[in-house]
Amino acid sequence: MATPTLPIENPAATTVEPASYAIVFDNVSIAFDETVVLDGISFQLPHGETKALFGVAGSGKSTLLKLALGLMRPDSGRIFVLGEEVTRMSEEELFAMRRRVGIVFQESALFDSLNVRANVSFRLREEHVSDEEIDQRVRESLRFVELERTVDMFPSELSGGMRRRVAIARAIITKPEVILYDSPTGGLDPVTSNTIVELIMKQRDVYKTSALMVTHRLQDAFTMATHQFDKNTNQMVALPKGQLCDVPMSFLILRDGKVIFDGDAHALATSRDPYIREYIS
Amino acid sequence: MAIELELISPFDIAKDLVRAVQEYTFLAAQSLANVFRRPLYTGDMLQQADLIGVGSLPIVILTGLSIGALLALNAASTLQRFGGITLIGQLVSEGMVTELGPLITGLMVAGRNASGMASEIGSMVVTEQIDAMRALGTDPSKKLVTPRVAATTFMLFFLTIIADLLGLIGGYAVSTLLFGLDTRQYWNTAWETLVFRDVFMGLVKPVVFGFIISTVGCYYGMSTRGGTQGVGRSTTQAVVASSVLILVVDFFVTKLIFALFGYR
Repeated sequence: MATPTLPIENPAATTVEPASYAIVFDNVSIAFDETVVLDGISFQLPHGETKALFGVAGSGKSTLLKLALGLMRPDSGRIFVLGEEVTRMSEEELFAMRRRVGIVFQESALFDSLNVRANVSFRLREEHVSDEEIDQRVRESLRFVELERTVDMFPSELSGGMRRRVAIARAIITKPEVILYDSPTGGLDPVTSNTIVELIMKQRDVYKTSALMVTHRLQDAFTMATHQFDKNTNQMVALPKGQLCDVPMSFLILRDGKVIFDGDAHALATSRDPYIREYIS
Repeated sequence: MAIELELISPFDIAKDLVRAVQEYTFLAAQSLANVFRRPLYTGDMLQQADLIGVGSLPIVILTGLSIGALLALNAASTLQRFGGITLIGQLVSEGMVTELGPLITGLMVAGRNASGMASEIGSMVVTEQIDAMRALGTDPSKKLVTPRVAATTFMLFFLTIIADLLGLIGGYAVSTLLFGLDTRQYWNTAWETLVFRDVFMGLVKPVVFGFIISTVGCYYGMSTRGGTQGVGRSTTQAVVASSVLILVVDFFVTKLIFALFGYR
């Protein structure tokens, strides 16, 4: 086992201007009963960047996403999303803020009593968008995830990979400025995982959406750091050597409730930290 | 496999109980306040009214008829001894309208719908659908709780009236077919015995019971923890808690109305 790693220095979060970032975590801590899950977490997600979050099971990755969306309240610290301080918002204000943020849950969390059309258009119906526009936007979103034919099916009739893609369609239908992905490829076969990674990459490179992506699969994040989406061929293409840091992709590793790494693929690959070396090996 | 038992201190139990009462009160108050806030999910309310009201109709019809018939049958054996068989309509009418109609209907609807609400909402909690709803900018309290509370309270009122009427019909069938009572005599005594207080009591109770059934069902659903086993636990607790609460509250509502309007 590697020797314990020291958490990285708090990047002077108090001097950060929250409005110039998509998401800012400033010294955020949360504990459940006696267990401290996040202990003074600070990081920033620049606009248009996708940040992959790593950590062993139970390290607080999913909690971090729920905190960003205001689904949970931290014990201390401040969280800013699109310049607004989530930690000071009332539940009513949070509902308004959440309309600008999309989330893909670990198990998709599709409404099982609604069909794909109703699931994907849920938010639009809440906003009383006309039926015509709803139809058009649902088709558009489902085309993005290549699942147009499932429009009348129910979640129970879909495979795991299809459910994740429908969840992505539901998250992007309102064209959110930020998307939070909670293990979008967890439990999926390599081919389906690749399809999902390509969709996330497409969202990053075509629509310039900022994203936090919790994952256990390093290879997915490295694929995203070494490829970019080509609009013309409608598929991802590998970056030429030497251009690896040109895509807006970064990595963040959590350990014992603290951030032990926050940087790009190059910094991660060349890290001398024994724990990180063991983690990425 | 060894089962580990964890000892819980009485202080923790009391703390959990206080927290549960606090959370229930908050949910119940919020469900009422949401009626005056936008958006109001009228479509969901109508859907729930159909599920709860129309869906419960068969059991309410059956229990209403049975209870009325049983009430008449039991009362007749006593009344016959004192030569008061003609009072059977009076007894069935008063018993059904003030007490048995609201109570039995409330318990039936609690068994059918409190469990349904707890399991449906509980399943949504454990599969993160409630979190997804909040994440999509929709308040689950407005979308899920308030429509169920409004629909149950509204529909139980009418279901109780139906149960009362069918109870009277059941009593009438027993009185005429088994004891040879005259139709006019039965309905006259049944009608004339009812005073404003009886009808008021019979109509207030289903409103209170409907509110209890729906808020308890939703509360247990919303507080579900621990996967499918947790859903099963919530469902059972919702039926037990709502049934017990109906019986306890029934006593106090009856006492209060007697205190307000006086005894006969």
